Amino acid sequence: MWIDPSQAVARALVTHGHADHARSGHGTVWATPETLAIMALRYGTEMGTPVPYGDGFEANGVKISFHPAGHVLGSAQILLEHAGERVIVTGDYKRRHDPTCAAFEPVACDVLITEATFGLPVFNHPPIEDEIAKLLDTRAAHPDGCVVVGAYALGKAQRVIAELRRAGYDAPIYIHGAMQKMCDLYEAHGVPLGELIPATGLAKGELRGGIVVAPPSALNDRWARRLPEPVTAMASGWMRVRQRARQRNVELPLVISDHADWNELTETLLELRPSETWITHGRTDALGRWCELHQLKARALDLVGREDEDEG
Amino acid sequence: MQAFAALVDALVYTRSRDAKIRLIADYLRATPDPDRGWALAALAGTLSIATVKASAIRAMAEERFDPLLFRMSRDYVGDTAETVALMWPDNPARTSPPSVAEVIDLLNATSRARAPSVLAELMDRLDADGRYALLKLATGGMRVGISARLAKTAFAQSFGLSVDDVEEVWHALRPPYAELFAWGEGRADRPNLANSAFFRPFMLAHPLEDSVVDLSEFAAEWKWDGIRIQIAATGGETRLFSRGGDEVTAAFPEIAAAFSGVGVVDGELLVRGDVQGGEAASFNALQQRLGRKTVTAAMQAEYPVFVRLYDILFDGAEDMRGLEWTHRRDRLERFVAGLDPVRFDLSALIEARDFDHLAELRGAARETAIEGVMLKRRDAPYLAGRKVGLWYKWKREPLVADCVMMYAQRGSGKRSSYYSDYTFGCWGEDGTLLPVGKAYSGFSDTELKWLDRFVRTNTVARFGPVREVEKSLVLEVAFDAVHESKRHKSGIAMRFPRISRLRRDKPAEEADKVATLKAMIG
Repeated sequence: MWIDPSQAVARALVTHGHADHARSGHGTVWATPETLAIMALRYGTEMGTPVPYGDGFEANGVKISFHPAGHVLGSAQILLEHAGERVIVTGDYKRRHDPTCAAFEPVACDVLITEATFGLPVFNHPPIEDEIAKLLDTRAAHPDGCVVVGAYALGKAQRVIAELRRAGYDAPIYIHGAMQKMCDLYEAHGVPLGELIPATGLAKGELRGGIVVAPPSALNDRWARRLPEPVTAMASGWMRVRQRARQRNVELPLVISDHADWNELTETLLELRPSETWITHGRTDALGRWCELHQLKARALDLVGREDEDEG
Repeated sequence: MQAFAALVDALVYTRSRDAKIRLIADYLRATPDPDRGWALAALAGTLSIATVKASAIRAMAEERFDPLLFRMSRDYVGDTAETVALMWPDNPARTSPPSVAEVIDLLNATSRARAPSVLAELMDRLDADGRYALLKLATGGMRVGISARLAKTAFAQSFGLSVDDVEEVWHALRPPYAELFAWGEGRADRPNLANSAFFRPFMLAHPLEDSVVDLSEFAAEWKWDGIRIQIAATGGETRLFSRGGDEVTAAFPEIAAAFSGVGVVDGELLVRGDVQGGEAASFNALQQRLGRKTVTAAMQAEYPVFVRLYDILFDGAEDMRGLEWTHRRDRLERFVAGLDPVRFDLSALIEARDFDHLAELRGAARETAIEGVMLKRRDAPYLAGRKVGLWYKWKREPLVADCVMMYAQRGSGKRSSYYSDYTFGCWGEDGTLLPVGKAYSGFSDTELKWLDRFVRTNTVARFGPVREVEKSLVLEVAFDAVHESKRHKSGIAMRFPRISRLRRDKPAEEADKVATLKAMIG
């Protein structure tokens, strides 16, 4: 039995629906009902056993249960219990409020296997309200154009839309065709996103003064040429670093991340105080160094093929 | 400080020149004195705070952060100031952010030893963007893709002035430029500059290309391959300025000391070479003397410099620039006669019967220090910048063009670790740079090391192995011919292009146009 295996296996536990965690072709998948729904949408019908948050089952004498990770809809931490020892695999997680998914739940454990995507002290994500305000200000300043926001199709896009609604923005939001089904899925799971209109096929005039949400890959693509005088925004934790934003030709960087930032990573370690921490996914060296400075036992767990910055 | 931080951030993410000018102009109109003057100085590269060096930032960081975590972060971010700004914890009890002027005053008033703690106190009063702007302000180098000319253009546009008028007084004024803003807002006359030795913008030439001129209307002289220099002397002080208006007096103290006249003159700084029998040596010899803040007696002896004078802008206090070239030339000849002949001579006129004869003389010129021929309209006044039809430069074979480095790639073999393959461009009709060629030879190993460092520290984007660089470095490219090419957006391709020289003294906006290259298609 594997957790988030990168190749097809007979029996897989999947933390959440992003492609680098949820591959297709596994024999049997255990995941939350939401994650299974996402995998079914992406890969067609997939055999799976739904495990709701808090529920558990036993395999090979190990008790396995799923707990909210706060990353995207359906994302889970996986708790493994055997002979009184508890191991948590966080998967990707964040501690900030997110109206589109269940909030992270701290689970006491002996061994914590943590992600470290933003495991450098330069990553301190600002409050999302500030970033949404920037987006709305820019939109207001460009009544003749539009703002196109690059956001990963699963999670980030819906969160940006939901946060715009929370900030009182109730105009229709235009979305790239590739996002329609995922947005429908979120709505079906009780996440209201307001009025969404496919941006494709609309005359330029209709998009003036609007906000368009599209996958990052569409920003520099031919698709974006149909937009009226677009200001290119990108919602990602990587936008914190100016050169990163410039390298991607971003004019309005929005530091919005679905991953824990440096403070969330370190505060979670202090809160849970596991007797051992394994660090994976990202800057294992820096978080390892921090653990050393705080007398926490830690080691790096190197995995291959785990970098997809669009997900930041 | 927040308004300035917002401006700096907006400039980082704005690529269009016009949009950058608008951003700066809006800021200058909306911001009170003296904040806006300090900001203008920071953007134009004329702000320098003696107490803060880059080492002060590192010292401040190492005191606060674990050195290993700092190094990992610095490696990732690629910029010390930004790394420190991002790592610095937000102070929850943050009170009023400082104004730009308060920052400058506090830093100017402190000592180099105390500067890190003064900076740290200021950091605690700012958010991440403000901290970034603070550190950039304190250390000089803003790196937001703004040239001095662009900053001045923005100032001129904010207040409906001509940028040439601004340029004329700019170099005599000091930050925070209160007189400049007073003049801009109509609260005062244009600043009075009597009795100060300052830079006046140079008159520049267009390439002659395929035109033919009448030598009864145009005077011809050699185009010397040195660096253009201006000497301004009031009798009290003498200062030397390079083409961009930077003061270079300290690099050539023997010139300033030997200059006994009063006025402003324009000429070419050259090294007197032994192999040339005391004539001007190649540009390479002169390069030994460039870019130095101070110069040793040994350097002065090994590479003796002199100035070959072209023109006179002021004779005493008398402004000569409105007079015809013929009159200025008479005055210049008299002026030079009174100077030390070891350090100053006159750029001789070429006696040619007609244009064909001139072409023959140009073709036969073999001196390494001759770059070609200059043609100057005999009745033209001395005007700032490059005005059509007045001055022409007619460069000698091979063909050369001043191009701007756009992209770089690593070389192979012994250059495998260096960025040694350069794609360069010239200006298109719409003011954007278009690639015109690629070269990977023509420079020395020392120049390669410098170029490699330039590429690494000025990368703005990466496309696989290719780095896009800040469009600020002018490369003089020599080539055998230009032909049409459908493969390139510029519509042309060069035959055997090679880097003939690094023009670190030349602003990118003065590089050649694609149209100039097209005119060379033969």
